[in-house]
Amino acid sequence: MDAFAPATAATAHGPSLRQRLAAQGFDAVTLLVVPAAIFSLALFVYPFAFGFILSFEPKAGGDWLANYKRFFSDPFLYETIAKTLWLAIPVTLLNLLLAVPIAFRVRLLRHQRLLTTTLVLPITLGTVLVAEGLLNYLGPQGWFNRTLMTLGLISEPLKLVHNYWGVFASLVITGFPFTFLLTLSYVTGIDPALEQAGATLGANSWQRFRYIYLPLLMPGFAITFCLSFVQAFSVFPSAVLLGAPAGPTRVISIAAYQAAFEEYDYSMASAVAMIMGFVQLAIVVAVLASRGLFYRGPASGAKG
Amino acid sequence: MTIALSQFDEVRLDRVSRDFGALNALRDVSLTIRRREFIALLGPSGCGKSTTLNCIAGLLPVTGGAIWLDKQRVDTLRPEERGFGMVFQNYALFPHLNVRQNIGFGLKMRGTPKAEIDRKVDEALSLVRLQGQEHKLPGQLSGGQQQRVAIARAIVIEPPLVLMDEPLSNLDAKLRLEMRAEIRRIHNELGATTIYVTHDQDEALSLADRIVVLRDGVVRQVGSPKELYEEPAHLDVADFMGFRNKLRGRVLEIENGRVLLDVEGARIAGVAREHVSPGSLAYAAIRSDDMAVGTPGDRSLAVTVDTMEYRGREFVGTAHTAGGLDLVFRSHQAVEPGAKIHLQVEDNRVLVFAEPVQGRN
Repeated sequence: MDAFAPATAATAHGPSLRQRLAAQGFDAVTLLVVPAAIFSLALFVYPFAFGFILSFEPKAGGDWLANYKRFFSDPFLYETIAKTLWLAIPVTLLNLLLAVPIAFRVRLLRHQRLLTTTLVLPITLGTVLVAEGLLNYLGPQGWFNRTLMTLGLISEPLKLVHNYWGVFASLVITGFPFTFLLTLSYVTGIDPALEQAGATLGANSWQRFRYIYLPLLMPGFAITFCLSFVQAFSVFPSAVLLGAPAGPTRVISIAAYQAAFEEYDYSMASAVAMIMGFVQLAIVVAVLASRGLFYRGPASGAKG
Repeated sequence: MTIALSQFDEVRLDRVSRDFGALNALRDVSLTIRRREFIALLGPSGCGKSTTLNCIAGLLPVTGGAIWLDKQRVDTLRPEERGFGMVFQNYALFPHLNVRQNIGFGLKMRGTPKAEIDRKVDEALSLVRLQGQEHKLPGQLSGGQQQRVAIARAIVIEPPLVLMDEPLSNLDAKLRLEMRAEIRRIHNELGATTIYVTHDQDEALSLADRIVVLRDGVVRQVGSPKELYEEPAHLDVADFMGFRNKLRGRVLEIENGRVLLDVEGARIAGVAREHVSPGSLAYAAIRSDDMAVGTPGDRSLAVTVDTMEYRGREFVGTAHTAGGLDLVFRSHQAVEPGAKIHLQVEDNRVLVFAEPVQGRN
């Protein structure tokens, strides 16, 4: 009896609370999440909730949906959604279409680092500097137009800034490095032996891209699209500096800015921000949901 | 059997070289592979055996020489135009395609009609005994099954030549023996011509009709497994064929190709495989199986035992001489490490090689 007593006691108590928590994947290291959680609560969740509630408390009082009704009844406001999408979607697609072939080429280069650095440089410059540079370069008296005129290709300067194309160019320049880096990481993540196997099986380079790379890259492209799209959708400085902020490039962030800092109507600005967030969310959810149509497992064949 | 491999008479490598910058990975490799042969490229890592295979497959361009398939020059063709089947070391199965789609990939790329693809894939599936698994993804298969898919995928396109790059190196020991027999069975059933890269001499000896031993990008010896095992032409080939003891000594006398060596005072007699002259330095190569515990005498080496390993039927021990020679021997009884014993060899099991020339042995 005595001999069994300690064993019985241990069985009765079972593993300690700490051991049980650890088995659930919860131990002291988990506490390292706390600063990030506080950060996210203070800087994202709280302002978001605050803005969300504020948007239902119109400055003028009255109907709680008044801000949203105003947005969707005033073409000057609701058209900003289409104008922003009309910039953000083509820019994102173009960046992706440019990034893919370049990433495929760079993956084979020995001096990959040098080229990558060159391509990534615009990201470090910031949108305002790029916008100013473009104003000079693409402007009526800029090098671009002067060169074309000197060569006799055009007789009068092309209008490339203070319109849609100025913003478009600026978004391509500042958005490309980001899209490219993401694409490169997805492309290099695919085992080159898969392409070699495709080649020995008789697939030419287009077939290898179409039947091997593309299906494996689609989920990565979807993520890249979403992240690049969100960046382009929140365009503000270049839309003001390079675009026609009262006309074709009156993007949704300009509408929010004007509500907040010209009309001092924070409630309305919050409503615009909520609408902006919702449009982005809708596109991102739609794109990410389409990933389900593709293979999403690991991109190397064997267990190794 | 409708998987009928393309017919040809021989594949010929004519002084094939491959440089990576200043490094010569392959130097003037010439080799003729006849139809239905099973050739093993054997050598230590970095010897150029995978480079050779990749050059034949077209995955690496050659920097010198030519590769011929009968009268057709193939080294200038892109890999997809050569149509050689290749089995990769990590299998390189397409992770997003199921077993059936993986095997049918090559036929689909050729624009083969759907009904014919289905029929040939069914046949390949039964050849590698994977029926019932055809709708699984590679990630859901075991290593051995993935290996079978890789083989089926390479042979279903009916290639003149099947190339295998260390296909068994990712499998555990038991499965490796099983798949080794499978590869030989498939080779025989199809009447395929196979080039098989390996660093494992057991694999090469048991599978191949002919073995090509490579070292530093140069062909060292070509021959049947029996020839290589019994009559290695050079010291490094002997080393690869299990002659683990290489005893350096001075040539005392030579008579009818039989050489008497003085190794640290012991007199070791053997058959010369290379030209040696009296008074020069030479190596006696001896398998660990042929070196056993004996009695003191002028023909045995006095050694101190370092380790003993249990190998089931016998023990394998390592020991060193007073002069610093390391030896591997077998023994029917365990000997305590540290014990001083005498090792003896059977005269007719010793091969004598000349001292390798500096930088090139």
